[in-house]
Amino acid sequence: MSADDLLALTAAQAAEASARGELARDELFELYRERAFADRAAGAAGLNCFTWVAEDVPAGAGGAERAPLGGVPLAVKDLFCTRGVPSQSGSRILEGYLPPYTAHAVERLADAGAPLLAKTNQDEFAMGSSTENSAFGPSLNPWDRERVPGGSSGGSAAAVAAGLAPWALGTDTGGSIRQPAALCGVVGLKPTYGAVSRYGMIAFASSLDQAGPLTRDVRDCALLLAHMVGRDPCDATSLEPREEIALPSAEDLEGIRFGVPEELAAEGIEDGVLASFRASLERARELGAEVHDVHLPHAPHALSAYYVLAPAEASSNLARFDGVRYGLRVDGRDLLDMYTRTRHDGFGREVKRRIMLGTYALSSGYYDAYYGRAQRVRTKIADDFREAFELVDFIVTPTAPSVAFRLGEKTADPLAMYLNDYCTVPMSLAGIPAISIPCGLSEGLPVGFQIAGPAFSENRLFEVAHALEGSFEFDGAQARV
Amino acid sequence: MAIDRAEVLHVARLARLALSEEEIEPMARELSAVLDHVARIAELDLEGVAPSTHVIEVTGALRPDEPVPSFPREVILEHAPEVDGEGFLVPSPQA
Repeated sequence: MSADDLLALTAAQAAEASARGELARDELFELYRERAFADRAAGAAGLNCFTWVAEDVPAGAGGAERAPLGGVPLAVKDLFCTRGVPSQSGSRILEGYLPPYTAHAVERLADAGAPLLAKTNQDEFAMGSSTENSAFGPSLNPWDRERVPGGSSGGSAAAVAAGLAPWALGTDTGGSIRQPAALCGVVGLKPTYGAVSRYGMIAFASSLDQAGPLTRDVRDCALLLAHMVGRDPCDATSLEPREEIALPSAEDLEGIRFGVPEELAAEGIEDGVLASFRASLERARELGAEVHDVHLPHAPHALSAYYVLAPAEASSNLARFDGVRYGLRVDGRDLLDMYTRTRHDGFGREVKRRIMLGTYALSSGYYDAYYGRAQRVRTKIADDFREAFELVDFIVTPTAPSVAFRLGEKTADPLAMYLNDYCTVPMSLAGIPAISIPCGLSEGLPVGFQIAGPAFSENRLFEVAHALEGSFEFDGAQARV
Repeated sequence: MAIDRAEVLHVARLARLALSEEEIEPMARELSAVLDHVARIAELDLEGVAPSTHVIEVTGALRPDEPVPSFPREVILEHAPEVDGEGFLVPSPQA
C-alpha cells in the first residue's frame, strides 16, 4: 500500500488490513513515527502536538500485528505515566520525570496491539480548554493554525485530525476530551466514570477524571474503548463492565428518543454552532429519531459547582509536588521555603490559580458555603439526568459553545475560558458517558455534536453516533497535513 | 466575594505556594471574579439534599489485606532530587 492509501485508512481499517496480512511488519508504525517526528522537528512551523515521539517500535511490540488492534500505533496524552518515557502532565514541576511504571489503560492497549507512538501536548495538569497552558508551549489547530485545538487533550485531538497519529488517548475531567474533539473535527468519548482504570494517570480531580479515546470515527472509538475498560485492582473506583463493547453498525435511529435541554442548547451558544446543531437534529429526524424538549434545571449551575469541586480536589492531589520525591526542586533556606519556591517556579499560572481556589474553598469557614454546597448541586444534577432519561434515551447538545478560538483570545480572562466547558461539565458531574462527533462546519471550522446517555450505555451511544456520523458526512481529510 | 491581599497571602501559605509581589494583586482579582461566579450556587435551595462524593455506586471495593512486593527502594530513589541511598534528603525544617 502507498503512504497515501495507508493514511486514508481509519485505525479499525488498518487493524483489519493488518489481520489480513496486507501490511508489512511495522509499516504503519514507521509511517506515523516519521510524520509525528517531522511535526516535532518542525518546532514553531509544526502543530506542536507532541512532547515525545518514539525512536523505534517499542520492544515487545513485535507480534502486535497479530493482536486485536493490529499494531496500529497510539498517541497518548502526556499525563499517562509511561515507563522510562517522559511523563510530566505538561508541567515544569515534573521536568525530567521518567515513571517506573505504565498506566493501566496504556498497558492494556499495548498488550492488545496498539504500541506507544508518542506522548501528546496538553494543558498543564489538564487544567485548561485550549492547550495554551503547557510548559511545552501551545499546540495549534490543524484547521487554522492561528487557532487553538481546544483542551486539555488538545495535542491528542490535533494529532488525530492532522493525521499525525491514527488514534489517541486523552482524559476528560470537565470536557477535556469532548471539547478538543469538537474543535478539531474528530470523535471523542468520555466513558462512564469508573469504566477505565485511572491507575497511572497523573491526577487532576479524582472523582471526575476519566480516560477515553480520540479517533477519526465512531468505530475506531468503540474499538479502542473495548480494550481499555475493566476493573483494575489498582483503582478501587474502576468497575467491571456490564457488557462487552461491540463495534457499531446502526444506520438509522428508528425508535430512538433524543432530548434537547434548553438550558444547554440556546443561550450562550454561538449562532453558527447553534445553526449546525439544529441542522444535525433535522438529520436525526430524517433517520427516524424523535426529538423532544427536556429540562435539566440545575445544569446552568454545573459550571459553578465544577469550579469548586475540581480545584478543591486538585489542590489536594497537587500537594504531592513538593520537590522531595521527583521532578523539580528549587533550593530554599529551610524545608518550608524549599516547598513554596519549588511550587512557585514549577507550576504555571492557571495551575496556581486553581490550587488557590481549591485551597480557599476547602479552608476553615468556607468549606460548607463552597465545597459542601457544590457537592449538593452535584446530587441535583445527577437527579436531573436520571429524570430526563425516564423520558428520552439520550440527551443531545452542542459540545462547545463556539468553534475554535484564536490563540491568546481567552488567556487573560479565566472565566471566559471556563465557559468553554458549559455544555460538557454537567455530564462529568453526573458521571455519565458522552461522545462528541463532528457534525459540520461553521466559518470553515468544525462543530461538535454531543450525545450523552445513562451510565454504562456506551454500546448504545456508539450505535446512535454511528448512524448520525453516516448522515453528517463530515470530511475530516482536509485537515490532514 | 472580594478577596483581599491578606487573604491571598493566607491561602498561599496554606497551599505552600510562594507568590511574588507582582502576582498577588492579579491573583486577588482573578479569584474574586471566579468566586463571584461560583457564589451563584448560594441561590439554590439545597435543604435536605445529600452531598455526592461519587455518583456511580461502587460496591465490593474491598480486597484481602495481603502484603505484595512494591517497587525496590533504589528504583524510587532514582527519581528524587536528593537522596542518601536510604531515603530522601530535604533541607532542615529549621535552618
